Amino acid sequence: MTSVENIFKTNEGAQEMRARSEISAKEILREVGSVLRMSEAEAAKLGQIPADADEDQTMIINMGPQHPSTHGVLRLMLELQGEKVLRCKPIIGYLHTGMEKTGEELTYMQGGTNVTRMDYLSPLNNELVFSMAVEKLLGIENDIPERAIWMRMLLSELNRMSSHLLFLATNGMDLGAVSMMLYGWREREEVLRFFQKVTGLRMNHNFIRPGGVAADLPAGWRDDVLAILEMLPGRLAEYDILMTDQPIWRERLQGVGVITADEALALGTSGPILRSTGVAWDLRRDQPYLHYDKVEFDVIVGSYGDAFDRYAIRINEIRESIRIVYQILDAMPLGDYRIQNKKVTPPPRARIDESMEALIHHFKIFTEGFKVPEGEVYVGIESPRGEIGCYIVSDGGPKPYRIHMRAPSFVNIQALPHMMRGGLVADAVAVISSIDPVLGEVDR
Amino acid sequence: MSDVEVTPEPQPQLHGCLLSDSRGQQVVHPTRAQYVALMKKLLDGGFVMCSDLTAADYLTHSGRTLPEGIEAERFEIVVNLTAIATRDRIRVRVQVPESDPSIASMFDLWPGTEAMEREVFDMFGISFDGHPDLTRILMPEDWDGHPLRKDYSIGRIPVQFKGSNS
Repeated sequence: MTSVENIFKTNEGAQEMRARSEISAKEILREVGSVLRMSEAEAAKLGQIPADADEDQTMIINMGPQHPSTHGVLRLMLELQGEKVLRCKPIIGYLHTGMEKTGEELTYMQGGTNVTRMDYLSPLNNELVFSMAVEKLLGIENDIPERAIWMRMLLSELNRMSSHLLFLATNGMDLGAVSMMLYGWREREEVLRFFQKVTGLRMNHNFIRPGGVAADLPAGWRDDVLAILEMLPGRLAEYDILMTDQPIWRERLQGVGVITADEALALGTSGPILRSTGVAWDLRRDQPYLHYDKVEFDVIVGSYGDAFDRYAIRINEIRESIRIVYQILDAMPLGDYRIQNKKVTPPPRARIDESMEALIHHFKIFTEGFKVPEGEVYVGIESPRGEIGCYIVSDGGPKPYRIHMRAPSFVNIQALPHMMRGGLVADAVAVISSIDPVLGEVDR
Repeated sequence: MSDVEVTPEPQPQLHGCLLSDSRGQQVVHPTRAQYVALMKKLLDGGFVMCSDLTAADYLTHSGRTLPEGIEAERFEIVVNLTAIATRDRIRVRVQVPESDPSIASMFDLWPGTEAMEREVFDMFGISFDGHPDLTRILMPEDWDGHPLRKDYSIGRIPVQFKGSNS
């Protein structure tokens, strides 16, 4: 059905999926989801291009960028034979706003407002990794006050819950459990309400900053957190009744979008996708940051690597997060919430009225920012979607010379062609949903 | 505030490539000729996951710290590898000259670098030999220039709306 002229009518040109006769064997293998390993044994396979069907029996269609189940503006080009997906190619860039370029123009003080907008469903994790990278460059990573560290953990765990709750909501809606959409948003709203109380904003907080956090916890925060922790287990049990134990739900997800551990590692995936294959890799446990080595929690792994495993991992990670937050409540110490280092911390408001020097310092730190010693550093942490990394190069000035964010979704969607191969179009929706991509982070 | 530690004598090496330390993180500095062989050895040595592949343009920051014997070039490819079994990380930095901005692709070793290398190609104009589908990934196909290069200044380029008539 397809012809070359039809494919080239839009402007993405060579980025789009092209007819089989036009592209190299390697690219076809990529698009049918073969994971290439050039070991001697498998090099022979290179020549074998799957003889799926004649080109006149297949059809290339677009799914997205405006398709509601693509979670934003992800565009998939699918080669179909009937209802079967033969090839798949994700086309991204529709939300590209040049945030890495923007980041080079913002001081380290302002950088948080930029990175928090990348993965807009887990903004606090973005700020955390950025702050940790800057602190490492400054050499103050071991001087962060205890209370700030525990506050960061509290916020990032609550953020993990809100992000996974939204996953449950969208996953439910994508697969026809529309009421789950409402329940997921409802529970997430409770968490966001707490964030609003603490940071002043529901999303894009710019609350975790180099040197600590922006403000102390408000009065009554403990009761608010406890209210969330007590509300959630009951609701999660309801989700189990609504979805996990339900045969239709299981039929819809089990055995869909299967990926093996070797393939997931080769493709660089992380987070629930890697763990669904049985690889127990969680940076919170394996390369502990903050005080994750002082709390007890389990790393949830799956065994089949299918969409159901990825769903089950996320719902159980909420339960683990609840467990962690209870321990954080017990451990939360009193004290400073940001480092008392004049270099990175602006003077408190009260001092500005009394001291000329404090006023000048305040003005300088907000207009010029603080200088960071020359060097380069990479920090990776576990966001709800996988490993989020921040690579910063400093030339000794107040702005990053180069800032790069390793976005988990950007890497994870590379697994789509592999997971979709041979499945049905209807399952494609389940597969995209199980990856849980955030397009703001994919395109940056 | 200690600067990057001075490499002691003799310079530490890994698989014949210079090794340095950046804020407590291991960094290997292969030449372009050593790159593929080093990466193969690292992969066989347990670094099964390629976490990140990116680049930096050092056009306006020439005085950066590099171990002795490594000649600074304009571009640098930065690869972050992770070893699952030993929970280890290592970073590989390769100098890429402005006159010939190209380097071998890591697609055959870690297929997951496919999108990352396309991003570097798109943003820096560095081409990867052996990449199966080296096209722009974030910018539209008909875009001019490579946005993350330091000489691609912000604000001076007129906004391009693709597909418009004007």
